[in-house]
Amino acid sequence: MDIRLEGISHSYDDTEVLRGIDMDVPSGRIVCLVGPSGCGKSTLLRFIGGLERPTQGRVLQLGTPPEGCLNPLTFVFQDFALLPWRSVHGNISLVLEDHRIRGAAAKRIIADVLARTKLSEFAWALPRQLSGGMKQRVAIARALAVNPAVMLMDEPLSALDSQTRALLMDDLITLWERQPFTAVYVTHNLTEAVRLGHRIVVLSRRPGSIREIVEIDEPLSERGSAGAELERKLQHLWDLMRDDARAADKELLGV
Amino acid sequence: MSDSTLPYGSAQLEVRFRGGGFSPIPHRWMGALVFVVLIIFIEWGTRAGFISALTLPRPSDVLATFGELWDSGLLFRHLGPSLSRLVVGAALGASLGIGVGILIGLFSYIRAGLGPLVAAIFPIPKIALLPLFVIWFGIGEGSKYALIAFGTFTPTVVATYGAVDNVDRSLIRMGQSFGLSWLSIVRKIVLPGAMPGILSGLRISLAIAIILLVAAEMLGAQYGIGAYILEAGSLYDLERLFAGVVILSLLGVLTSGAIAMIERRMLDWRV
Ligand SMILES: Nc1ncnc2c1ncn2[C@@H]1O[C@H](COP(=O)(O)OP(=O)(O)O)[C@@H](O)[C@H]1O
Ligand SMILES: [Mg+2]
Repeated sequence: MDIRLEGISHSYDDTEVLRGIDMDVPSGRIVCLVGPSGCGKSTLLRFIGGLERPTQGRVLQLGTPPEGCLNPLTFVFQDFALLPWRSVHGNISLVLEDHRIRGAAAKRIIADVLARTKLSEFAWALPRQLSGGMKQRVAIARALAVNPAVMLMDEPLSALDSQTRALLMDDLITLWERQPFTAVYVTHNLTEAVRLGHRIVVLSRRPGSIREIVEIDEPLSERGSAGAELERKLQHLWDLMRDDARAADKELLGV
Repeated sequence: MSDSTLPYGSAQLEVRFRGGGFSPIPHRWMGALVFVVLIIFIEWGTRAGFISALTLPRPSDVLATFGELWDSGLLFRHLGPSLSRLVVGAALGASLGIGVGILIGLFSYIRAGLGPLVAAIFPIPKIALLPLFVIWFGIGEGSKYALIAFGTFTPTVVATYGAVDNVDRSLIRMGQSFGLSWLSIVRKIVLPGAMPGILSGLRISLAIAIILLVAAEMLGAQYGIGAYILEAGSLYDLERLFAGVVILSLLGVLTSGAIAMIERRMLDWRV
């Protein structure tokens, strides 16, 4: 299943946040959204996931979601959004219960996603007992449990320290290689984008519009030892964003 | 190591500790100790004579009165009706209060409609309405249930909708993003998230219920702790008055202990 955005523009009251966004999210690929803070990345992601409506334009699902898909558009949030009163197991079963998946069927799915995110030993731990990195792995496991057609990830690693971030990034890559998933991955970290994205959409500062779309063809597994080509792309992205980032920074101070 | 301090001579000073405090540490025995000291002091004062028998009853006499109450079986004749009034009234008021509080918390029309009404009812001293309840529900148990229920209702409503307001919106968004039904979101996210606030509101509501118990038994009650206290009060029988008051305050300690236990069991997920 692909996603297409057609002419998305949006304003909150008098503030124009997004202007004329057209883009495609092809199936089986990771599309990274980068841009200075406040340019409307999270807002755009909420439009894609149907949590909010744009003032103009529309989001289209092209094709049908794969069989066994419980929740085609599934979020992974920056702040994890785990229910603190439910165990790891309970947090995952939460999203299955409404689909009448209980008992043995639920157990099988939960065991599978916990194994894929290396959490099997922690099934009965409460969120407060887990580190930030583990919590985000639980949130990823929960997203995988509903077998999404597209994962919508809003800065999933931003709340984590840099070591944990690197580890989780490797986990995401392994996960994708074992079973390619479609994702829109919002980040303000260009290194993350270059490491993970097949396609990188660079947004300008507010009102956010697309400045450039950068394609990276190198397979994810071969990006670890940053080659010259990747370095060049990273530099190019940074050049695109530098002035905007500086201006956005000043703008926030001016408000 | 000691060599390294040599060149500084006497100019070395251990850093003075200035942290600590401002964070409650449980000292269970302290509360009991204050009670014991206070009681011993009063006992000693009434025996030594610098507290006259008209000022305060002697604690040992109160205990003796309590013993009589127990032996004669009167204690349970008073406690029984009081407890049933308390349980029925508080259960009615609290469950209605939680229900209405959740509705106010969830629906903006209901909030707009009932919010001001609740705010208007909240500060009314419910005792003042006892005659009204007697007219509406009769002099029997009905008016007593109504008074206690009404008194527990308003603080429960306010605590509950405040608790619902405070539920983390990002958790609700999460529920929606996974396609959970409205009912599931309320049952599995809003209610458990509001539980800490609801329980701490219940603590206050139940204390109010005990206060109102005495008022409810002012009219047409033959038995009941409140009736017992009021009768002793009108006769200036301080020993019996205090015996009754002690029972009420024990009741208060018990209910708040029960809520603490529920909190420990239901809210063990809190940090
Ligand atoms: N619910 C909202 N109401 C009003 N303004 C909002 C709302 N959500 C976001 N904004 C504004 O829209 C802009 C874009 O926000 P956001 O999408 O969160 O940016 P990003 O994720 O790129 O940092 C910001 O200026 C923010 O203040
Ligand atoms: Mg954001």
